[in-house]
Amino acid sequence: MSITINGKAVDPPEDPRVSLLDLLRDHLALPGAKMGCNQGACGACTVLVDGERVLSCLTLAAQMEGRSVTTIEGIGSPDVLAPLQQAFVEHDGFQCGYCTPGQICSALAMVEELRRGVPSHVTGDVSSEAIAFSSEELRERMSGNLCRCGAYNGIIDAITATCRETAE
Amino acid sequence: MTPFKYTRASDAADAVRKGAATGVKFLGGGTNLVDLMRETIERPGELVDVSGLSTEIVETDEGGLRIGAGVRNTALAEHRRVRTAYPMLTRAMVSGASAQIRNMATVGGNLLQRTRCSYFYDEDGSRCNKRVPGEGCDAIEGFHRGHAILGASDACIAVHPSDMCVALAALDAVVHIEGAKGARTVPLVDFHCLPGDRPDIETVLEPGDLITAVELPPMPFAAASTYRKVRDRASYAFALVSVAAAIEIEDGQVRDVRIALGGVAHKPWRATRAEAALRGAPAGETAFAGAAATELAGARPLADNAFKVRLAERTIVSVLCELAGVTA
Repeated sequence: MSITINGKAVDPPEDPRVSLLDLLRDHLALPGAKMGCNQGACGACTVLVDGERVLSCLTLAAQMEGRSVTTIEGIGSPDVLAPLQQAFVEHDGFQCGYCTPGQICSALAMVEELRRGVPSHVTGDVSSEAIAFSSEELRERMSGNLCRCGAYNGIIDAITATCRETAE
Repeated sequence: MTPFKYTRASDAADAVRKGAATGVKFLGGGTNLVDLMRETIERPGELVDVSGLSTEIVETDEGGLRIGAGVRNTALAEHRRVRTAYPMLTRAMVSGASAQIRNMATVGGNLLQRTRCSYFYDEDGSRCNKRVPGEGCDAIEGFHRGHAILGASDACIAVHPSDMCVALAALDAVVHIEGAKGARTVPLVDFHCLPGDRPDIETVLEPGDLITAVELPPMPFAAASTYRKVRDRASYAFALVSVAAAIEIEDGQVRDVRIALGGVAHKPWRATRAEAALRGAPAGETAFAGAAATELAGARPLADNAFKVRLAERTIVSVLCELAGVTA
């Protein structure tokens, strides 16, 4: 069985030690997802698997057989930026840009989680069906993506500008 | 990582059969195991992927819930019945890790998380009785402000890192296990071990045993339960102290209560002494503080983690006051 990556079928690696992140970067020349800590602490390697955000550094590529992976390369291109990518530019959602692919993948799935009503640590009433879209909710839900440049305010502004309607 | 073979189990029986061989580990979401393998602290010869097995949450005939071991943390947190009947469990789930990790991590894997003690991780530079039994523990004389104050030993002061397990301990959860000798159940509070002189033995699982589910019995008063986690930063950090609690009050008196603590011991710590002190007591801050002090009377802190004793007491009191609707 193959792995679907940005719509294309890819054979899983022969060596099961290869992580999804290594498969993307070293085997498939898709350098968008970044290696930060390589131990699940920074979120720079975040990609989407069947629409859900996961950490590719802690995912064995072998586990991805039959699944569909989307990386930042499958979301937008330098010529045609996705709306959230454009918003990151307009709202200064980055300085060095290293964490940005992970931030964007994470945010896109986060908005779907909000829309679905998944509660968070800061949700007042976890039995509530609908979660209010707020800066506090966004900050908590994006806490798995670190930005060493500290562009958090711009990141929250970019997500708010692009995704508020989708989330509500 | 050392080389290993990767296979997928087709069902629980297949997993138990494959798991009987030496050097086999079951793989769930991999969020802890893959990291430990990369650090060569875990060196399995074969990984049997069980993440696709038992992924359902079903209501039991008794009115409780049976949660499959392959259920992802996010799926458990957002489950409608969990949110309404056992909100402390949802709160515990969303207090743990990050959203990405919760999308990956399974219930079974959460039970089998290993400690985040930095000396356990430091294979090249530190002694650890959990890694190498009998070698010694560098945490006891080292950086241990996050370590255990209850139930520790001269061999190990590590804490269990799970938030989920703290709520499960308070909710009288039962672990379903399948092994070579058939199926059995173990109460969650008896599933993990205190370190004693063998801190490398962390659970009652036998080689090849597979966790298939966790069952929650019905507990009507848990509908108003909660979980509070105290940590060094507001999000994405392990607990210094956490409290899962549910309380049933009738005519101003405590009719029933459940309290469990996280971040203080080698296992999720069910506060049975505090519970016993509270049953029949007036529901107020005085009784809550007395019960908390009774539980923590057994604490044996070290030089740098003594703050956890008062922190645990105060968090218990604060959480019980919140649930009882009285001011602390």
